Amino acid sequence: MQPFSGLSLLVQGLRGQRGWTPQWRSPEPKPAYDALIVGGGGHGLGTAFYLASEHGIRNVAVLEKGWIGGGNTGRNTTIIRSNYLFAESAALYDHAVQLWEGLSQKLNYNVMFSQRGVMMLAHTVHDMQVAQRHVHANRAAGVDNEWLTPAQAQAFCPLLNIGDIRYPVLGAALQRRGGTARHDAVAWGYARAADALGVDIIENCEVTGIRRDGRGAVEGVETTRGTIRAARVGVAAAGHTSVIMKMADVHVPLESYPLQALVSEPVKPVFPCVVMSNTIHAYISQSDKGELVIGAGTDAYTSYTQRGGLHITSHALEAICELFPMFRRLRMLRCWGGIVDVTPDRSPIIGKTPVPGLYVNCGWGTGGFKATPGSAHVFAWTLAHDAPHAINAPFALERFREGNLIDEAAAAAVAH
Amino acid sequence: MLLIDCPYCGERPEPEFVYGGQAHIARPRTPAAVEAQQWADYLYRRDNSRGIHAERWRHTHGCGRFFNALRDTTTDHFLATYRVGEKPPAGGTA
Repeated sequence: MQPFSGLSLLVQGLRGQRGWTPQWRSPEPKPAYDALIVGGGGHGLGTAFYLASEHGIRNVAVLEKGWIGGGNTGRNTTIIRSNYLFAESAALYDHAVQLWEGLSQKLNYNVMFSQRGVMMLAHTVHDMQVAQRHVHANRAAGVDNEWLTPAQAQAFCPLLNIGDIRYPVLGAALQRRGGTARHDAVAWGYARAADALGVDIIENCEVTGIRRDGRGAVEGVETTRGTIRAARVGVAAAGHTSVIMKMADVHVPLESYPLQALVSEPVKPVFPCVVMSNTIHAYISQSDKGELVIGAGTDAYTSYTQRGGLHITSHALEAICELFPMFRRLRMLRCWGGIVDVTPDRSPIIGKTPVPGLYVNCGWGTGGFKATPGSAHVFAWTLAHDAPHAINAPFALERFREGNLIDEAAAAAVAH
Repeated sequence: MLLIDCPYCGERPEPEFVYGGQAHIARPRTPAAVEAQQWADYLYRRDNSRGIHAERWRHTHGCGRFFNALRDTTTDHFLATYRVGEKPPAGGTA
């Protein structure tokens, strides 16, 4: 791996940028590995990186049916925050935020993590009560979150229209450590760092079956590029997790929905933070390229089409135009959809399955990007120790049978 | 936007309808008598099919009635709609 540094950039610049080599190999799959990761998004690539860097398990392959980062990792709105209500969630997401804070240095790759602040608006009395409860719960759990008056919210984001709208802004919860990161760089940075430690990243390799031995334990997978053996298989396949897990007769309580996002034409820097509104449903930030990045809601019905209804995006844009009237004349450049895997309690499932050697990391729903480093870190631990890390232990598959839900759906910490 | 063929009213635009989740899921008749896993399956287990999916819809801004549909989740194409209590047409999974 060619390290990136000020000196290397200078030297390559003087040589006309001709000395760079590919940042990861494209190996043929070997017949067997110590561990396989199904899904080459941020969570899967990160899991391989932490397996290799923290647990010494380097004979690992990441199997991706398309290209790495081409799924939800490249389709989200790049928002990072950890202001979830319940202690279990706050611990998991704040673990991620703490890893985000050192990630560019750790990977020697600039993931452009920018802690510009995430401000969540309250428009009704109910919103205010819920948001203030979040603020107090977060502060008690050691997670930063503060309550702003409407005037303070407008001072933090001067473009915000707080009064002249159907649902005026009554206040806001601000997490200053929240922000955004460059999503593609997260996939590429993890891929490059994992590859340097010996991990094989195998693209265009779709898993078509899971092989099990006489005891029922995992012994490998069938793929479009042949059979690959491994005693440990970790599935991080987002919206297609149900499809993969059915190959091993494991049912996970997921439903897959299209979630849409869109970007505007690029403009000069105008938007200093991230603003979210769950009630009128919109979230917005500005990328470093200058595009306004806008998130819409999920469609009402399950689907695997990676596209959603126009009325869903229209609804989000109506809310944006009310909150930020100066954006009314902006043109939208692109819109797209990703397939998100949603659990009944809107919390992820990270852990073992009834099949020995098969592990699952799924159910991130509409908000998986923010958790990427934390999710990958505890999932790698789970694969390496055949037991969950203390942080992901509450997020076991069994919680639905036992009734131990982590009900962020009712807590409305997620935009859904 | 989809056009959905309500069995009572005919084709109407999608925003008139509310999705009601997977169809043909029966509540256990004696909940107290079933094992925790069976109850969890009733509450939470869904096929999440990649392909033909039998599902409920309600024509909320129309006749207000529930009905069932077969839809291909890889294309969002509706194969059929049918009334509650009817068997799914050929091609259904339920």
